[in-house]
Amino acid sequence: MNYLLTNKQTIGRNMFKYLKQLTSLVAMVAVLFTFTTESMAAKKSKTLKNTQKKGFVRCGVSQGLPGFSNADAAGNWTGVDVDVCRAVAAAVLGDANKVKFTPLSAKERFTALTSGEIDILSRNTTWTLSRDADIGLTFVGVNFYDGQGFMVRKSSGITSTSQFKNGISACTNIGTTTELNMRDFFNSRGISYEPVAFEKADEVVAAYDAGRCDTYTTDKSGLAAQRTKMKNPDEHIVLPETISKEPLGPVVRQGDSVWEDIVRWSLNTMIEAEEYGITSANADSMKTSDNPQIKRLVGAEGEMGAAFGLDNEWNLRIIKQVGNYGESYKRNIADTGILPDRGPNELWTKGGILYVPPSR
Amino acid sequence: MNFKLKDIGPQLITVIAVVLVFGFFTYNAQVNMENRGIDFGYGFLSQESSFDVQFSLIEYDGSHSYFRAYLVGLLNTILVSVIGIILATILGVIVGIARLSPNYLINKFAAFYVEFFRNIPLLLQIFFWYFAALRALPLPQDAEPMFGISFLTIKGLFVPAFIWQNFNIFFYSIIAAIIAIIVIRIQAKKLQETQGKQTPVLFISIGLILILPLLSFLIGGVRLSFEIPVLKQLATTSFIYEGGVSLPPELIALALSLSLYTATFIAECVRAGIQGVGKGQKEAAASIGLTPNQVLKLVVMPQALRIIIPPTTNQYLNLTKNSSLAAAIAYPDLVLVFAGTALMQTGKAIEIVSITMFTYLSLSISISLLMNWYNKKIAITEK
Repeated sequence: MNYLLTNKQTIGRNMFKYLKQLTSLVAMVAVLFTFTTESMAAKKSKTLKNTQKKGFVRCGVSQGLPGFSNADAAGNWTGVDVDVCRAVAAAVLGDANKVKFTPLSAKERFTALTSGEIDILSRNTTWTLSRDADIGLTFVGVNFYDGQGFMVRKSSGITSTSQFKNGISACTNIGTTTELNMRDFFNSRGISYEPVAFEKADEVVAAYDAGRCDTYTTDKSGLAAQRTKMKNPDEHIVLPETISKEPLGPVVRQGDSVWEDIVRWSLNTMIEAEEYGITSANADSMKTSDNPQIKRLVGAEGEMGAAFGLDNEWNLRIIKQVGNYGESYKRNIADTGILPDRGPNELWTKGGILYVPPSR
Repeated sequence: MNFKLKDIGPQLITVIAVVLVFGFFTYNAQVNMENRGIDFGYGFLSQESSFDVQFSLIEYDGSHSYFRAYLVGLLNTILVSVIGIILATILGVIVGIARLSPNYLINKFAAFYVEFFRNIPLLLQIFFWYFAALRALPLPQDAEPMFGISFLTIKGLFVPAFIWQNFNIFFYSIIAAIIAIIVIRIQAKKLQETQGKQTPVLFISIGLILILPLLSFLIGGVRLSFEIPVLKQLATTSFIYEGGVSLPPELIALALSLSLYTATFIAECVRAGIQGVGKGQKEAAASIGLTPNQVLKLVVMPQALRIIIPPTTNQYLNLTKNSSLAAAIAYPDLVLVFAGTALMQTGKAIEIVSITMFTYLSLSISISLLMNWYNKKIAITEK
């Protein structure tokens, strides 16, 4: 019986192989006879085809993190994570507003993506080896360089993590890299601690604010954003130490390389546009620039969209409708008072580490 | 072969349909997981978990395996369920009897309690008790000691730890007392059935359970000392109690809300059970000279229990399953630790969710079997 089963499986697998070879052969022949590669890319990317058919991009975001993804009372989403999805919508659908946002907890996010409920996960998610390699996900880039930190009450007199003592209680979220970093941090210093982990960020803030914990730990950007939600933000400080690297970026499902490229280059376009001084206001006038690199970024030179199955002005639309990375940062994070200083999230040309491959 | 097609036909079709449906979903999941490059397997259970848990009944830290983390979560679920079931039963019986009280005030108060607590969603009640309690409780440095030795603070309830010497002798003395009580009860029952004599079993039992352990202290060399929690300063305004035993506020809030909620349903079961015993039974019992207490104990309750037990079993099952709402307030139960953190760190969604479902199923079936056994035991046996 077992033998039969395995035999059937191998037959099935072989047939699958033949089919694959056959389809690639057909595809090669098709390439020979087709001069418009546009439909080909669309055909190759199931996600792109489905997105264009539905008329909106399905984007997973946080349940409310000011500056990154946060909905106002009217249900309008804003934030730098939100802008990545808007950029993709502008590129593939021509309208940055055609996005359906799904708020997800840290625990739900990867399942929502791998099960196909959303097509982009843009939810302050840390890029790690095990996530990239194990769970069927692909990270496409980094839109915010972050690190884990600690928040304490000013009145406690603590000004550095070196003052932490045995028995300290730390509030945090479950299902994040935070829990692991926290253990590494306290263990390496030989400090015993009480981890209090909640499922939702709002409950973490409420419990810490009430005095349940001595410290609240998560990514520093998150601490800065959540501080604005506290009863009395001035009573709390974020300690200067950073205990981990947290490169946050958008994630897609494994197995659709065209879609992966579209999301990656939508983000890259925003960052590169800032580098070349292209903004939402001057994007149209940049078409007549002397610099060929700038012209490529606004769709005035080369065939930069063809490989994705998109027209040539996909990147121009991103810059016009969403703006470059600097505009997005200023609008969402700096002007809202969350993190006025860009720190490592400044362009490489200005002392930061934002450096993306060239669009050419 | 006595089977006829029309006898087994429908069953056969049902079985085939069930197998096909399950087969379809399994196959679908397999294909999807293969397409997305996700491995299936339970090997992760022996890997190092590398995350810590706030509160654990067994020794655990991040260097233990995921399986150990699973056990931590499971034991915490069982702990809060057992505490909840005991408290809910005590409260439910009291309220159920109070609802039948001729005293207007007690009666109405019990009715108000039942209507109020059973009509508010449980999750809201859990949030209420947790955050209301958090805001109402004092910081460790402001806490007033209870009886001079315990402290109820925002960081939990800190009680003294018992430090025993020769604990085993004390333990044996209690076992001996329990055995003696059982023997005396059997004797007393025999005495009553043969000679009609009544023995004050209750007083003798209380005496035994007090005197035997006391003797173990006096002549058995048992010593008990307490480790009283001591306030320790962590920073200018942040304190914690050290030493003794600490119960996290999450456990207290969860056990409290689960038992307050479930007690309302148990109270209704108890009321229905008592009212289900015919009026004639009580009158007949009173007419042969039994005291009101004896009427309740010997005539009403044995009959009422038969009505009370089956629906109360349902409430016990509900309480156990409702304990999974713990994740909302950071009590590290099975759902938070295993189906939460462990799931996130490994990405093994299908494996972990299936293990969790199977665990809850096993828990529920165990409770069910236990209660069915008890129900059978107290059922009327025809002589």
